[in-house]
Amino acid sequence: MVKKLFYALILLLVGTSVGCLQNTGENHATNSIVLATTTSTYDSGLLDYLLPAFEEQTGTEVKAISVGTGQAIELGRRGDADVILVHAPEDEKRFVSEGYGVERHCVMYNDFVILGPEEDQAGISNDASAVDALKKIASAASTFISRGDNSGTNKKELSLWERAGIENRAKWYIETGTGMGQTLLTASEKEAYTISDRATFVSMKDKLDLKILVSGDRLLLNPYGIIAVNPRKNPGVNYEGAETLIRWIGSDEGQKMIKDFTKKDEQLFTPLYNKCMD
Amino acid sequence: MGAFLDSLIGAAQLILSFDPELVSITLLSLYVSLLGVFFAGLFAVPFGIFLGLRDFRGKRLVVNIINTFMGLPPVIVGLFLFVIFSRQGTLGNTSLLFTPEIMALAQFIIAFPIIAGVTLSAIGGLEKDVLDLIVSLGSTRFQRISLTFFEIRFGLLTALMAGMGRAFSEVGAVIIVGGNIRYHTRVLTTAIVLETSRGEFETAMALGIILLALVFVINYAITIVQEQSHR
Repeated sequence: MVKKLFYALILLLVGTSVGCLQNTGENHATNSIVLATTTSTYDSGLLDYLLPAFEEQTGTEVKAISVGTGQAIELGRRGDADVILVHAPEDEKRFVSEGYGVERHCVMYNDFVILGPEEDQAGISNDASAVDALKKIASAASTFISRGDNSGTNKKELSLWERAGIENRAKWYIETGTGMGQTLLTASEKEAYTISDRATFVSMKDKLDLKILVSGDRLLLNPYGIIAVNPRKNPGVNYEGAETLIRWIGSDEGQKMIKDFTKKDEQLFTPLYNKCMD
Repeated sequence: MGAFLDSLIGAAQLILSFDPELVSITLLSLYVSLLGVFFAGLFAVPFGIFLGLRDFRGKRLVVNIINTFMGLPPVIVGLFLFVIFSRQGTLGNTSLLFTPEIMALAQFIIAFPIIAGVTLSAIGGLEKDVLDLIVSLGSTRFQRISLTFFEIRFGLLTALMAGMGRAFSEVGAVIIVGGNIRYHTRVLTTAIVLETSRGEFETAMALGIILLALVFVINYAITIVQEQSHR
């Protein structure tokens, strides 16, 4: 009896693996591109909303890898991705000027918000200046959660600390080394302050005991750029596919879809129609 | 506790709905691990038998290396494979990065020492006179090997399933080399990491339950095999 069960199990396993083999065989045949992007575009659900429409219209399949901006740019540099969608304008410009990227197209923007617990021990609520808010958090030595992962959000946060002139961040400063969603969950659990892009926060806010305390500072604007990886540096990349995606995302239709993307009745991204803010 | 129960109920509903994406993630997990472990077994079992039956200079060193690699941290395997198979790496032109096949390769590397090691100890567990008997009965090398094979058949199954269990529940390597791409390289473990980071605990729990159930089946099978072998 046991033996029979065993043979049945093995047969089942072999059967499924053969079935899967056939599946992957088909997948390899289609025209596809690898998109390296940030956790914010993925965790907010934007990509799951945009990409199926693009794939259906163009027949180009998009394999999205969601990592921090630092890793996404590195994947582009190595030629492991065909196109990158990130939010760190300075790094993006360097990526292009060093010849790794073809051209930077401005896709959309949203903004960063400084979040904290309801009690707001540091008293930053309604501060107009993000820099002042960080100074208060530091002097109150309230717990602050940083992504610490070289992502676009992390870079923005570090530039704000630099502006605030606070270099010595001690015990109250915690680096999680994880994506935005995980960092928000950590901040919520620890009743701490953190900084997030608005999109990820809004899409997760039901699960978080955090509220927006500071927003609207010009310094908190968060523009996203899309760049095709340069085939001259990395001959193996699918440049044509990358351009197809860039053209589509910048088209009236792609931009309108971005504008119409809402979570909990809030618009998460504002399209830029290829006009850069900087 | 209430929130935990809610997640559990939500998870159960998700599983029972046979959500196509959930099914495809589960099948891909099985495909990747079976492929990796199948080839690991194909090479590691003969290697383990060879090590067990033959004496040669440096054998102790090889055995020690195998034992050390049984505890090889998967994330290191992932990192090395990534650097090698990245387009600028030595094998970059193979375009294997971010495919299920390279994930299977990672699991091959992780499972190989486990299967070889357990095979080796199965032979070590054979009585001296059984081994002598094998030698005296088998006139040709082929007969000797097939007799050994027969004697340690239960140990071999244990070896394969231990490798399978380890490969199946592994996340560190496959998330680096696979990239956790939806519909392509997302397996149960990497999906759990993603859903947890998104705060989608119900989906993460559903995936976790499936993973746990499959690992349970694998381990249960090991136990049955071991009980049989003692009879």
